[in-house]
Amino acid sequence: MDLFDTLLIPVLASTLRLSVPLIFTALAGLYAERSGVFDIGLEGKMLFGAFAAATAAAYTGSAWAGLGAAILTSVLISLLHGFASITQRGNQIISGVAINFIASGLTVLLGNAWFGQGGRTPQLPNTARFTEITLPFVDQIRPIPVIGPIYASVISGHNLLVYLALLAVPFTWWVLFRTRFGLRLRAVGENPGAVDTAGVSVAWLRYRALICGGILGGFAGTYLSIAQSAAFIREMSAGKGYIALAALVFAKWKPVNVLGACLLFGLLDAVSIQMQGKRLPVIGEVPVQFIQALPYVLTVILLAGFIGKAIPPKAGGVPYVKER
Amino acid sequence: MTSPTTPPAIELVGIDKRFGAVHANKSIDLSIARGTIHGIVGENGAGKSTLMSILYGFYQADAGEIRVGGAPVAITDSQAAIRAGIGMVHQHFMLVENFTVLENVMLGAEGGVLLRRGTAAARAELKRIEREYGLDIDPDAVVEELPVGLQQRVEILKALYRGAEILILDEPTGVLTPAEADHLFKILGQLRAQGKTIVLITHKLREILAVTDNVSVMRRGEMVATRKTAETSAEELAELMVGRRVLLHVEKGPAHPGPVVLSVEKLTVRDARGVTMVDGVSFDVRAGEIVGIAGVAGNGQSELLEAIAGIRRPSAGTIRVNGEALGADGRLDPARVRASGLAHVPEDRHHMGLVLSFEENENAILGYQTDPKYLKGPLLDIDAIRADARAKIERYDIRPPDCRLRTANFSGGNQQKIVLSREIERDPAVLLVGQPTRGVDIGAIEFIHKRLVALRDAGKAILLVSVELDEIRSLADRILVMFAGRIVGTPPADADEQEIGLMMAGIEAREAAE
Repeated sequence: MDLFDTLLIPVLASTLRLSVPLIFTALAGLYAERSGVFDIGLEGKMLFGAFAAATAAAYTGSAWAGLGAAILTSVLISLLHGFASITQRGNQIISGVAINFIASGLTVLLGNAWFGQGGRTPQLPNTARFTEITLPFVDQIRPIPVIGPIYASVISGHNLLVYLALLAVPFTWWVLFRTRFGLRLRAVGENPGAVDTAGVSVAWLRYRALICGGILGGFAGTYLSIAQSAAFIREMSAGKGYIALAALVFAKWKPVNVLGACLLFGLLDAVSIQMQGKRLPVIGEVPVQFIQALPYVLTVILLAGFIGKAIPPKAGGVPYVKER
Repeated sequence: MTSPTTPPAIELVGIDKRFGAVHANKSIDLSIARGTIHGIVGENGAGKSTLMSILYGFYQADAGEIRVGGAPVAITDSQAAIRAGIGMVHQHFMLVENFTVLENVMLGAEGGVLLRRGTAAARAELKRIEREYGLDIDPDAVVEELPVGLQQRVEILKALYRGAEILILDEPTGVLTPAEADHLFKILGQLRAQGKTIVLITHKLREILAVTDNVSVMRRGEMVATRKTAETSAEELAELMVGRRVLLHVEKGPAHPGPVVLSVEKLTVRDARGVTMVDGVSFDVRAGEIVGIAGVAGNGQSELLEAIAGIRRPSAGTIRVNGEALGADGRLDPARVRASGLAHVPEDRHHMGLVLSFEENENAILGYQTDPKYLKGPLLDIDAIRADARAKIERYDIRPPDCRLRTANFSGGNQQKIVLSREIERDPAVLLVGQPTRGVDIGAIEFIHKRLVALRDAGKAILLVSVELDEIRSLADRILVMFAGRIVGTPPADADEQEIGLMMAGIEAREAAE
């Protein structure tokens, strides 16, 4: 029981926290890729979103203004990607990589120019952040064995965005499989010709998919800078956009699987943090670098061998040109 | 069929369209009567598809007017065409393969933001259309699991579901077995009986003569003639299409088969997924004969051809050329196969036969570039290569006669001649030919067929794979029918089409059963 309280519960709680940016971002990628547009620029969107949220929150003192700014910025970046890859029919990978480079440079540049702290934004007070919420009846349920600690320490006590991320999963599933927009979105990623000949604009549909992705990217960024932490730090997305893409492939582009994949990657991350400085029997102390590399190594292994055949949307990455 | 007072279903007046320097449609006038099947024929690039794309709102005409039921309409996009009652069945189906039939039919006409209510209505409407036209299909079947004939039916259902009165079909029989094609024509007849107007685009003159009421011929962007089908003939239509007299059937004498040159024994080929595509096939090809392999696309012919050519490794069986087994030393690749006297004209010249961005003379030696006659020390002998290319251009009448032109700029027929000249001029003992006239215009078809017969008469062994049954029947001295990876029949060369068609569909004819 001791191990349960001191190890399992904290690891599970931290799994959830670490999964949130992955869930938002992977769902953002899901909208884009299901519509047939590759979105390598998720990382950049998250970073821009994080910077915009922290900056707006620092100026206004409002977390909600931060969220709004992050969403706006991330959607604008998505539109840029859309303009390059949908309207101009450019290479989607290059456009995405360019966005990532711009994000990594411009956030630091602007941050330094505005706040003079080497790319950081000012430390935010709790009033300008999304802070932990305690769910009702925590005190009543806590004494119940097993369920109690799980409810009190794993399920309760997160900020609003964590719960929104969890809600975004069924919502995305509903949009994809129960609405007209979802039907068309899935169709345009498989055979844009079918959508075009049905009299629906391929370009506008893909733009809308990217806007959905942009909104979710804004949530991811907001979570990083003003919910999980209290300031923007350079490169704070730290490759999460790429991990989210990996999770998306791992999940075979299905919303519910995305949740599972992101929780798995979150768990790996949480375990690696928990393992730091711990001594294992026989091996002794595990070097911290090895532990930190573990999620990435496992990502490669999982993607290489354990997911079976992942069939991406058929029209993915191909700009739509009407055939002669 | 219609009284002179009813306005035509479609009337095109002075439709004109340019793509850059290409004048695809030159002031086209066309009138299609309501309740008829109207055929449009023409060679590749004659402008048929462009014209139909304009009618379906895929492109905008630069000039001209479209009238539907007598009233001018502006067809600005496909939605406008659908509203005007025009539906189109595309040559490459516009279906989402991992969707169900119902989802495909609904796409773009869902009947509301949420799917649930629309789905129920669509299901009911689909049932009604099925009953009315006898087009039954399981609405919950996933499209990619349906045979091609049924996939095409989904396309027709899509158009009818949207209330199409005018149905355009673009090369609808290219992927069908003869029996499926017959069934399609029966459906078209039924639709006509219900008052629908049908526009049928095809290059198969036989189909035009069999099902249409009227036929219009296009040549180089112009509408050159419209005839009542009953008052014309295949010869006249071919002449109108090409602009000169064309020989439609191949003239050839009896074959004089010599010794066996190519011998295939119990050949089994699996594809990358491990599915058996060729299943223990055995046959011989003798010198001085053409053996034709008939079959609906996807029944293992491509894999068979590729295995013999050394592109695909067979999982069992032996291939012998002049008695010598290929790859007996465990090493088999296209270069070794060629060295043993076998030449290959691949089915897909764009992906396998040519590098389209290369100059013509580069393609003319592709695969033989290590031949000493094209080399000067370690370097290519450019002068020799170009002289060689010019000689072939002359002998095969390749147009335009410019060996420095990018290969992509040649027409399909001339591209095919480039491949053919390269392979035939190596003087092979065996020639493998896949789909020699796919996407090739009638004039070039005549030339290619003559060449193949001449090669046969010169004592070469030719293995011909084609999905065009007409081509097999007119060229081959012996016919093998492939179905599901096996040779299911060896009909005599003069067997009638229906008999072969049944075999192609996997239904063994009585003669083949023994």
